Amino acid sequence: MSDSAKVTDTLLPDLPPPANSTGVIGWMRMHLFSSPVNALLTLFTLYILYILLVPSISWALINADWVGDNRDACTSGGACWVFIYNRFDQFMYGFYPEMERWRIDLTFGMLAVLVIWLMVPNLPKKGLVSVLTLVVYPIIAYFLLYGGSFGLEVVETHKWGGMSLTLILAIVGIVAALPFGVLLALGRRSEMPIVKSFCVVYIEFWRGVPLITVLFMASVMLPLFLPGEVDFDKLLRAMIGIVMFQSAYMAEVVRGGLQAIPKGQYEAAQALGLNYWKMMGLIVLPQALKLMIPGIVNTFIALFKDTSLVLIIGLFDILAIVQAGLSDPNWLGFSVEGYTFVALMFWVFCYGMSKYSQHLEKRFHTGHGAR
Amino acid sequence: MSSDANKSPSASQKTRFWHDPAKRAILFQSLLVIAVLGFVGMIVQNTLHNLESRGITTGFAFLSQEAGFGIIQSLIDYSESSSYGRTFFVGLLNTLLVSVLGIIAATLLGFIMGIARLSNNWLISKVASAYVEIFRNIPLLIQIFFWYFAVLRALPSPRQSLEPIENIFINVRGLYMPEPIYGDGFGWVVAAFFIAVVAVFFISRWSKKRQDETGQRFPMLWTAAGLIIGLPLLVYWVMGSPLTWEAPVLKGFNFRGGMTIIPELAALWVALTIYTAAFIAEIVRSGIEAVSHGQTEAASALGLNRGKVLRLVVVPQAVRVIIPPLTSQYLNLIKNSSLATAIGYPDLVSVFAGTTLNQTGQAIEVIFMTMLVYLTLSLLVSAFMNWFNTRMALVER
Repeated sequence: MSDSAKVTDTLLPDLPPPANSTGVIGWMRMHLFSSPVNALLTLFTLYILYILLVPSISWALINADWVGDNRDACTSGGACWVFIYNRFDQFMYGFYPEMERWRIDLTFGMLAVLVIWLMVPNLPKKGLVSVLTLVVYPIIAYFLLYGGSFGLEVVETHKWGGMSLTLILAIVGIVAALPFGVLLALGRRSEMPIVKSFCVVYIEFWRGVPLITVLFMASVMLPLFLPGEVDFDKLLRAMIGIVMFQSAYMAEVVRGGLQAIPKGQYEAAQALGLNYWKMMGLIVLPQALKLMIPGIVNTFIALFKDTSLVLIIGLFDILAIVQAGLSDPNWLGFSVEGYTFVALMFWVFCYGMSKYSQHLEKRFHTGHGAR
Repeated sequence: MSSDANKSPSASQKTRFWHDPAKRAILFQSLLVIAVLGFVGMIVQNTLHNLESRGITTGFAFLSQEAGFGIIQSLIDYSESSSYGRTFFVGLLNTLLVSVLGIIAATLLGFIMGIARLSNNWLISKVASAYVEIFRNIPLLIQIFFWYFAVLRALPSPRQSLEPIENIFINVRGLYMPEPIYGDGFGWVVAAFFIAVVAVFFISRWSKKRQDETGQRFPMLWTAAGLIIGLPLLVYWVMGSPLTWEAPVLKGFNFRGGMTIIPELAALWVALTIYTAAFIAEIVRSGIEAVSHGQTEAASALGLNRGKVLRLVVVPQAVRVIIPPLTSQYLNLIKNSSLATAIGYPDLVSVFAGTTLNQTGQAIEVIFMTMLVYLTLSLLVSAFMNWFNTRMALVER
């Protein structure tokens, strides 16, 4: 009897998988070199990445200078972050008086607390906090930033600037556009033909023109529209333009939310005898608003990026203030550093918000459909 | 009359008019019309009063006055003695030029990146998704500034121009290329091209009909390629090569002759392309992912190869999902081209709503005309895309 005919009553252990299909090598064979074409593409991409990334990293991080008082501190031939380091406060606060900057910090600190309260799922009293954020907070913020009462010194808006101005424009734009957007969306879905056509014309008009022309219009034409010699603030004019523009986009987001509410909800509300405003306010909008949050965050991202256009009408948002810094004779020739810094600031905010909005979309997706 | 008196008082009493939705609607809408008209009337009155007190005359007479300023790039004849009306068309054409260039390049790059994100090659899909996440989260204006002030300003002066390919020069003043000079008979080459296109159109209709009737296939792709490339080449050869190139030559401090792409156009084009392509890539990816996996499996089960699965099953269904958001990206690109004014590319906003407005002070007319152009472009593009969309949707059974 030979060994090959041996009978056993226990299962033999599984053989390990072939060495080249597991671990790092197996992964690479599957995901990087699965075919000759793929292997070529992988090598080509690696080469391109090597050409692009190695010099960029050594320029931005390894050979860079970080701290110093003037451009003489930049000796190692890489990026000169000293420029940013020196002007960081100005990039954040603009020309806001140094003694009063705590007011900006406080304003945004309060906002951060409120927003985090709303974002963390398990905290109580969301309704109260939303009302605080949308109604009470803007008033406090106005008095804090502009001053003029409660013993606070007035800070004229032409001194506002930098990242804080960018944030103020974007937040005011989105918060003020929300109520108009809701009204326009309701009007667009209304059964009254004249109301509906007014809303459609308004929405399509603002969605059809670029923001630049709106800002031009706000800065050149608004003074002509108002009675007498009202000389009103450049920042306010820009804000009016942004809010008119943004409310059209907001209306479309709200309309999308309203359309997602099943018809049964409307019918049930009417069957209960609720009138139009009660039906909207108590049944439809609370459900629709939840669905709209990702869309609102996405419009906020778009608006946040668009606020950089105010530099064209002469406001000093973060991009404008960095550009002004670049033309300072003491710091000529650091445009790459300057633009990289602004781009990074915007990128961090926008990327964070877009990740948050994707997270919300997943969380609100409570249906049974495949995701 | 007496029967009326017998009815219960609540039924006989007419519904109060504010409880009747139809009448209430009429009331609301009349109030709205009155309010809007009143508001518009107030604005018009204020405006007329303000214009009068500032001594500005209204009207479009200024369009025929002499402009008196130069424009660095013009697709039509323009000189300083041309009228303000002409600056409008110069700006409009420049806007259209950069929009068309941008749409073509962004579509190509966007489709490549969108498909790359779905690649089963890990590295390539990661690179593509990094591209999308980086560029769509940075404002376009910063990207334009970066290309214009940081990259193109760093190029060498005309005397030290880079010459990557013979007779193509890159320097801080722009990209200089040889310009084609059309000789006698080149018109015939163009005509041959159009004849080939028309012929391909009819042959493809005939071959589709024949395939529907008999099932026989006709090698359409090769026929089309042969006709569209071959016929003009043949005519070109018969006419004795009626095309010459005029190369740019360095004279003094600058290049003369040839075609030039000014750095403003290059920066705007590159930035618009890269920014919009990031959004298009996302649209393409979600469009392809929207085609359910069962479709691909069913197609493979029928024995179609990978190329045919894509061409006959996946792409036609994905295109239907892709087109509506793609349209709005094209519209965004056209509207975003107005950022040209920040770097001085002579587009409509920069030339007309910028220089012309400042020189004439006719704010209302100028802004009105500018906005009207963008509105018209928006309506035209969305009308075209709606037509295309219904055509695609009709394929559905």
